[in-house]
Amino acid sequence: MLNLDFSILNWGLIQGFILKGLWFSILLTAVATAGGIFFGTLLALMRLSGQKWLDAPAALYVNVMRSVPLVMVILWFFLLVPLLIGRPIGAEYSAVVTFIALAAAYFSEIMRAGIQSIPRGQVFAGQAVGMTYGQNMRLVILPQAFRNMLPVLLTQTIILFQDTSLVYAIGAYDLLKGFETAGKNFGRPIETYLMATVTYFVISYSLSSVVKSINRKFAIIR
Amino acid sequence: MAMDWMVFCKDTLSGDVVAGCFGKGRDITYLDWLFSAWGWTVSVSLTALVVALVVGSIIGVIRTLPNSPWLTRFGNGWVELFRNIPLLVQIFLWYFVLPALVPPMKNFPPFILVVLALGLFTSARIAEQVRAGILALPKGQRYAGMAVGFTTVQYYRYVLLPMAYRIIIPPLTSESMNIFKNSAVAFAVSIPELTQYALQVGEETARPIEVYLAVTVLYAISALVINRIFAWIEKRARVPGFVSSGTGAGGH
Repeated sequence: MLNLDFSILNWGLIQGFILKGLWFSILLTAVATAGGIFFGTLLALMRLSGQKWLDAPAALYVNVMRSVPLVMVILWFFLLVPLLIGRPIGAEYSAVVTFIALAAAYFSEIMRAGIQSIPRGQVFAGQAVGMTYGQNMRLVILPQAFRNMLPVLLTQTIILFQDTSLVYAIGAYDLLKGFETAGKNFGRPIETYLMATVTYFVISYSLSSVVKSINRKFAIIR
Repeated sequence: MAMDWMVFCKDTLSGDVVAGCFGKGRDITYLDWLFSAWGWTVSVSLTALVVALVVGSIIGVIRTLPNSPWLTRFGNGWVELFRNIPLLVQIFLWYFVLPALVPPMKNFPPFILVVLALGLFTSARIAEQVRAGILALPKGQRYAGMAVGFTTVQYYRYVLLPMAYRIIIPPLTSESMNIFKNSAVAFAVSIPELTQYALQVGEETARPIEVYLAVTVLYAISALVINRIFAWIEKRARVPGFVSSGTGAGGH
């Protein structure tokens, strides 16, 4: 049995290595969620538009993003984005762009289900009072769809938070990288991997407990 | 951008283009290497799928057992544990941490460690599906089994599970496709699978776009084949008059 030594865990280690990574992981999750909901809703509206020229490209985008392994998507963006914009970008910046694009694909499926869960009568009611398509979506359909799908959106955000650890592939400095770097510097990799495990577990588990209670409180009673 | 597909016909050592694109004797081309990497991806994924199905079924079943609160709690704990830790972190745990803490595990080949990591990670998801499948059956099915004098094992084996598995074939299909995608994470511990190939050969040949494209297409083909196999199983296993899938688990 190996001797574990957790004495390296102190404020200095947290401040020096962990906080920077934790901040980036949270920021990446938050930006990807916000961007993903925005672009995902647009994709969902394209798919439900009934217009072939809008539906087909959106469907293609979503299906391609969902069928390629996440790590490969991260590598593809890291390769292609600098080629497209003509100058090198850092791993962190590339990670942000990648995760917004990924989240848009995943959230669009959720928003599509959410919009479809709204009874047709709601759409007709909006049209009957003379609302335009934009007004109807913004004031009647989307608020209800969003509320119906809130637990699923939050669960997807937790999955997204866990997936951000995959930016390891391009060397971005996230929570996992923070613990790994600390482990290398102090020569205690086993301990820091265990700390990383506990940190990810505590964050994900508490968030999913929050989602469960929201699920009970926010559900629309019909 | 001009593509140069001849890159796959090059010898991995000399860099010369080999006629026929497959190496002869001891020499290997990047194409040979690509297929070997695909083999690793397929074998890691399929072995992990077997582990996930077996463990996931056991955990899923014990979460639905009547009058066994501790087994149910154990099953729930299992699912929470494996679901709330990122897969990459779990891979590091199996690869670096556990062998350091449990000395006999030092002799495990990396393949086994990665298969265990991926398999148990997926087992938590499959356990959720198996549980949902069993709970989706009307309560009367369970009672009917009890009424004809079956033991618990018997009514699970002959009454509940055959129907539950049919119900969950659609989510099992997407989970099986996921396992192929998730196997890409094995690159982090240097398993010579497709993503590792993409990273290494993309750099070596300075032709990353061609290499990434080939790898991405192979992942897509793998997922498609799995999808077709499950569609075939679903068709073969269909019980006449019993609507098990079709529109699937989405609903409201």
